[in-house]
Amino acid sequence: MSSLMGAAALMVQSDDAAAATEWAEHFQKNYRLMTDAEKAEARARLERRYSSEYGKKVAVDTTEAQPGVLMGYALNIRKCIGCRRCVHACVEENNQSRGTRPGEKIEWIQVLRMERGEFSKDKMNHGYPEGLGIQVGGNAYTPAGQVLEGQYHYNPEAVPEKDATYMPIACMQCEKPPCVKVCPVRTTYREADGPVVIDYNWCIGCKMCMNACPYWARRFNLTKPVLPKEEMNPVTHYLGNRPRMRGVVEKCHWCLQRTRHDRYPACVEVCPVGARKFGNLLDPESEVSKILERKNVFRLKAELNTFPKFFYFYD
Amino acid sequence: MQQLTSFATDYARYVLKGGTKFYAWMGSLALLIVGMMYVFYLQNTDGLIVTGMTSQISDGLYLANLVFLVGVAAGAVTIVFPAYVYHHEGMHKVAVLGEMLAISAVIMVMVFVFAHMGRPDRLWHMIPPWGIYSFSSMLGWDVMVLNGYLILNFICGFYYLWCKYTGNPINQKWFIPLVYVAIAWALSIHTVTAFLMANNPARPMWFHSMMPIRFIATAFAAGPALIILIFLVIRKNTKFWVDDSAIKLLTTIVQFCLGIAIFLTLSEVVVELYARTEHANGLYYLMFGLHGLTGLVPWFWSSVVLMICAFVMFFMPSFRNDFNRLQIPCVMAFAGIWIEKGMGLIVPGYIPSPIGEVTEYHPSFVEWLMVLGIWAFGFFILTILLKGAIGIMLGEVKFGGQTVATK
Repeated sequence: MSSLMGAAALMVQSDDAAAATEWAEHFQKNYRLMTDAEKAEARARLERRYSSEYGKKVAVDTTEAQPGVLMGYALNIRKCIGCRRCVHACVEENNQSRGTRPGEKIEWIQVLRMERGEFSKDKMNHGYPEGLGIQVGGNAYTPAGQVLEGQYHYNPEAVPEKDATYMPIACMQCEKPPCVKVCPVRTTYREADGPVVIDYNWCIGCKMCMNACPYWARRFNLTKPVLPKEEMNPVTHYLGNRPRMRGVVEKCHWCLQRTRHDRYPACVEVCPVGARKFGNLLDPESEVSKILERKNVFRLKAELNTFPKFFYFYD
Repeated sequence: MQQLTSFATDYARYVLKGGTKFYAWMGSLALLIVGMMYVFYLQNTDGLIVTGMTSQISDGLYLANLVFLVGVAAGAVTIVFPAYVYHHEGMHKVAVLGEMLAISAVIMVMVFVFAHMGRPDRLWHMIPPWGIYSFSSMLGWDVMVLNGYLILNFICGFYYLWCKYTGNPINQKWFIPLVYVAIAWALSIHTVTAFLMANNPARPMWFHSMMPIRFIATAFAAGPALIILIFLVIRKNTKFWVDDSAIKLLTTIVQFCLGIAIFLTLSEVVVELYARTEHANGLYYLMFGLHGLTGLVPWFWSSVVLMICAFVMFFMPSFRNDFNRLQIPCVMAFAGIWIEKGMGLIVPGYIPSPIGEVTEYHPSFVEWLMVLGIWAFGFFILTILLKGAIGIMLGEVKFGGQTVATK
């Protein structure tokens, strides 16, 4: 294998960085199995390729998980006003595909807009269930707060809207992630500090993880991501926001390029009402730990035993 | 060694000889295969965006056909089982043809695996020692059992033909145990494929333990239905005679497996729709539509009509016993199950999405051409395998003997 790669390296003595690196990329190992030297090689290769492709100095970070850290996230649903700034900040930070064709546009966060719903007198005689004519229950309501019926492509003039509540979702970074279990090549896995990540270069695009995820957190790159040069974020992490390629799956990774350097994820930083909290679950003094200690918290679809490290709370 | 080369050359020579009808058939299949190659090229340059798949509906026709064809491959056991376990005379004569069908079906399944993947160039990532094999992944298990089934059928089928060709007696000591292993293995391929879908609590439409038995029931209806059709073609176009008893037994198997399949479908409908929880939204969307979107409704009801009518027609002696009209319920059963497995099972697993989003699936022309092309590829291989096998069974291809040309 190494002689093959050597021969390949000789063959591609061109200036075209993409051509020069692509061949070697084809034969690189699963990131977790790489030695430090191989990781450095892969990193240098990618930096060279991205820098030439996007016309700026791109850094590909490979910082490992720090001991004593378990990342956790908490979101105050009382506070969320549905402005969706987190969605846009995430796209900008994490180099998601911007395209306009259906399937080209990728967003990792959905802010589900849910009707408030109500019970009212004039609905008393509407009949339920409609069509069957059998009275099995009440009928004086309009559905309220159904977690499974939210919509996320709303465009109001002002937020928050009077008749709606909001429920932002993204990857829950489960402690027992179903997506990891079904991956046939183990390209997606839980990092030691918590987030579930993907080695984009090892992903075969079988999409089994997308079947397994109960939170619809994963996106498929149906085509080469549309990422304009000037909008590309050059501060990247190998397992995080580096530009993806056609045919692989991607998802939220809690901004590894930031959080491994003691910064907040982009969505936390941008939230204008401070609904989003992030920190180290193992540190009793961290904000998330305090929230878990003092607030009413819940996990989404807790009955599936995925044990998300993404908590919802309200005060 | 000399025997082996002469086997290969005699086999090839016999298969290549054919009339206009044969070449027209193979030519039109080849045309579709070229089309498939073109869209495969498109998928791997432009990406899967040329298909109707999205991040919501991440799999469609390809996975559906894959699942269905696993059933067809497993269905071959309906010949092999009576032949070797119950020593059914008529079936024993044609058992090898069932194995040839299994080989072609598994190859088609594998091409569909390629078609649905985002990065088929990285398939080696799941093959040790270069790649990683994951025992926790159902897809990993599926690839393993499918390859095993392919190898088993290849060995059983071609060893049998080889013995017929050379005139050597079959070594019963290992051949019969291997056939039994292949029979059990046939169940495993469809069971594992059912687990591939059913082991996802995220998809309530699939998440029930009835899935494997439903898969087996439909497989043992669709598989033999296709086999009956093929046998009728063979009887008409070659000198090889498939016994009536074989076709009759297959008809019975098709009918009762179809009956069980219908029963299981109806059971699911009752359980899901009586309580009508949110988890039934997928089935409800399939049967009646949801939020005004009704893309799958005609598919579902046409499948129901096809399956029930075929089931009833199999009861009628005028269809069951008349081999000129038997094709009709067979085609109906086959088509009904194809829809039931595809548009009726795979697609509504994605609609609504786990967060309740209802979107419609519109397979693109690329997808249809790919599906057609892969089926053509399968029939191309099947024709070659069946023709060669029949030549050997008829004694027209024999070691040392002159290969006799047939029409």
